[in-house]
Amino acid sequence: MQITGAEIVVRCLQEEGVEFVFGYPGGAVIDIYDAIFKQNQFRHVLVRHEQAAVHAADAYSRSSDKVGVALVTSGPGATNAVTGIATAYMDSIPLVVLSGQVPTPAIGMDAFQEVDMVGITRPCVKHNFLVKNVAELAVTIKKAFHLAKSGRPGPVVVDIPKDVTQHLAEFNYPDSLSVRSYVPVTRGHSGQIKKAVNLLAGAERPLIYIGGGAVLGDAAAEVRDLVQSLGLPCTNTLMGLGAYPGSDRQCLGMPGMHGTYEANMAMQYCDVLVAVGARFDDRVISVPSHFLSQPKKIIHIDVDPSSIAKRVKVDIPIVGDVKLVLRDMLEQWRQGEHGLHAAALAGWWKQIEAWRAHDCLKYAVSDTLIKPQFVLQKLYEVTGGQAIITSDVGQHQMWAAQYYRFDAPRRWINSGGLGTMGFGLPAAMGAQLANPDATVACVTGDASIQMNIQELSTCKQYHIPVKVVNLNNRYLGMVRQWQEMFYGNRYSETYMDALPDFVKLAEAYGHVGMRVEHPGDVEPALREAFAMKERLVFLDVITDQSENVFPMVQNGRGLNQMDLPPHMRDVQDAPFENNRDYGNMC
Amino acid sequence: MRHILSILLENEAGALSRVVGLFSARAYNIDSLTVATTEDPTLSRMTIVTHGSEDVIEQITKQLNKLIEVVKVIDLNESEHIEREMMLIKVRSTGKEREEMKRMADIFRGRIIDVTDKTYTIELTGTSEKLNAFIEAVDRTAILETVRTGASGIGRGERILKI
Repeated sequence: MQITGAEIVVRCLQEEGVEFVFGYPGGAVIDIYDAIFKQNQFRHVLVRHEQAAVHAADAYSRSSDKVGVALVTSGPGATNAVTGIATAYMDSIPLVVLSGQVPTPAIGMDAFQEVDMVGITRPCVKHNFLVKNVAELAVTIKKAFHLAKSGRPGPVVVDIPKDVTQHLAEFNYPDSLSVRSYVPVTRGHSGQIKKAVNLLAGAERPLIYIGGGAVLGDAAAEVRDLVQSLGLPCTNTLMGLGAYPGSDRQCLGMPGMHGTYEANMAMQYCDVLVAVGARFDDRVISVPSHFLSQPKKIIHIDVDPSSIAKRVKVDIPIVGDVKLVLRDMLEQWRQGEHGLHAAALAGWWKQIEAWRAHDCLKYAVSDTLIKPQFVLQKLYEVTGGQAIITSDVGQHQMWAAQYYRFDAPRRWINSGGLGTMGFGLPAAMGAQLANPDATVACVTGDASIQMNIQELSTCKQYHIPVKVVNLNNRYLGMVRQWQEMFYGNRYSETYMDALPDFVKLAEAYGHVGMRVEHPGDVEPALREAFAMKERLVFLDVITDQSENVFPMVQNGRGLNQMDLPPHMRDVQDAPFENNRDYGNMC
Repeated sequence: MRHILSILLENEAGALSRVVGLFSARAYNIDSLTVATTEDPTLSRMTIVTHGSEDVIEQITKQLNKLIEVVKVIDLNESEHIEREMMLIKVRSTGKEREEMKRMADIFRGRIIDVTDKTYTIELTGTSEKLNAFIEAVDRTAILETVRTGASGIGRGERILKI
């Protein structure tokens, strides 16, 4: 029996076991929405802006291990989705984004709500398709899901002209398919793994550097096995938080621009570095030449060959699925009865403990002003470290990454690569829908939250009881910090004047709003908010405006040249200019 | 250093723009690019002449391989290869220049494929250097128009690029 293209789309999504489609209707997808109306196998979540649909689908994926699905109309619906797609692309998140397109005869005619979606998204998708023939629709959607989740994951766009959704075809959904030009490597090369094992066995100052690939590759168990059975220090990047338990002694915290003192020093001074699904990003290693100025051997495990030797030359590249490679590595390690250089490793740990003893995340507590770090610590305590935390982008994001110790993967949901303000709230929606029993909190700031605040309405409609923790410092805090440090305190356009009354705003959307203005009220307010399990609670926390994120590695500097918090100003190897005249280093 | 890359890719709409977009997005150089369908109509063969450090060429190769529609990429510089480029060049040829131009075309194994009483159009095939040499050899003011295809390359001997 022949069915319409719109019905084919719905059947494909059902075949894929999709639970939620995040979207927004419009002229070009009206037939698909009609087909959705007639089914009840998956739920559609009506967002208030297409960007939020993609972020929600993205976080749905990040917090589970399923492919996220978004559906948008042509033209402005499609362009609104682009920021979400680019966000997912930079962090390698598997998504299928279905966009409507004008009917095929109208393509190229500058038709109403026409935009070249395939052209616009080409640089920020893993792949994209324009479906010109209804007979190819099902197999194209199958390919989209296959591409999105295999190899290095990423978003795939399927652009579907309106007439294709109306034309008829038989529905045949292939069980599997092979793409001759796309065969991702899964198993690592055993010879390379052997070399890596031998190199690691000879290490005196080893370090495991764990990135987002370990989360996406579901390799947390293997990472833990490697780190714990060998007794190695490790560091989780911003994208890798939770891949190894953040509260464990062997974890040195996050490396990079706002990483811990001990993690950055260990990154700089290790002699064998094992990168697991990490890509030596500029925010992590800063300047490659400085990073390599301390001689070290590098083992790099990644599913994407193009991530290897992109910024940093490595000694032993291993292309493969991180989970499988780590398993093979451990197997070889155990078979070969390798042992580490015990005395050297003990000395290395002693050095690390000395670095850690500086307690670089210590901050001055205040009786009158709420310190943002204090809020994150209390959030960690009140939620028992078990919540899924989404974040926006800026200072609050860094504080959340520093002070909330993630002990499991897929609990820390943030836009790491693209740095998309406005990500947090729609991400919280997606994470909550994927994990209905979990506690979900969105850590945000007064600037970021306003970039997708309309989604409070979506949360109301679908009873999504996330908790919004708004660290309100009345500034674009991270930019203000740079202006203070590098631009002579000229706070150009970073003061958020005319902020709304967030409490009233939350109430206007039908939620609970609470304002917290005194340090003593932070914990009680958090407890009260999280006790309201059925309600979205918006906590507007008025924080110290002058607080900066430390440690900090300025652009152009090495990892051991951090600007450190006040109590560490006399620490060697990381000069801290306390006159705050940093010069223009950016 | 100059490299000549051979790429086998799916003959699909948009595949070319993915390759070109990759080069511009990542600030790689394209000195020339040729593409056409192969004997298998589902595949296209592309030759890209580029230049860059060894690190950059390695990244270009990896990034090309990452494109879903790219089936295979080889760097022809890695072993013996042959490359050819074709040029159509229209030159002024009047009076005593006419004989001189004919002789020059012969020396370069060119063929005159169109003649008017004032011009010759010469077809010239060879390496890109040879075509450059011809342009250098003739009086620059006599050149009216040039069209070059960009280089196509193929491995020597048994070396083949096929799926």
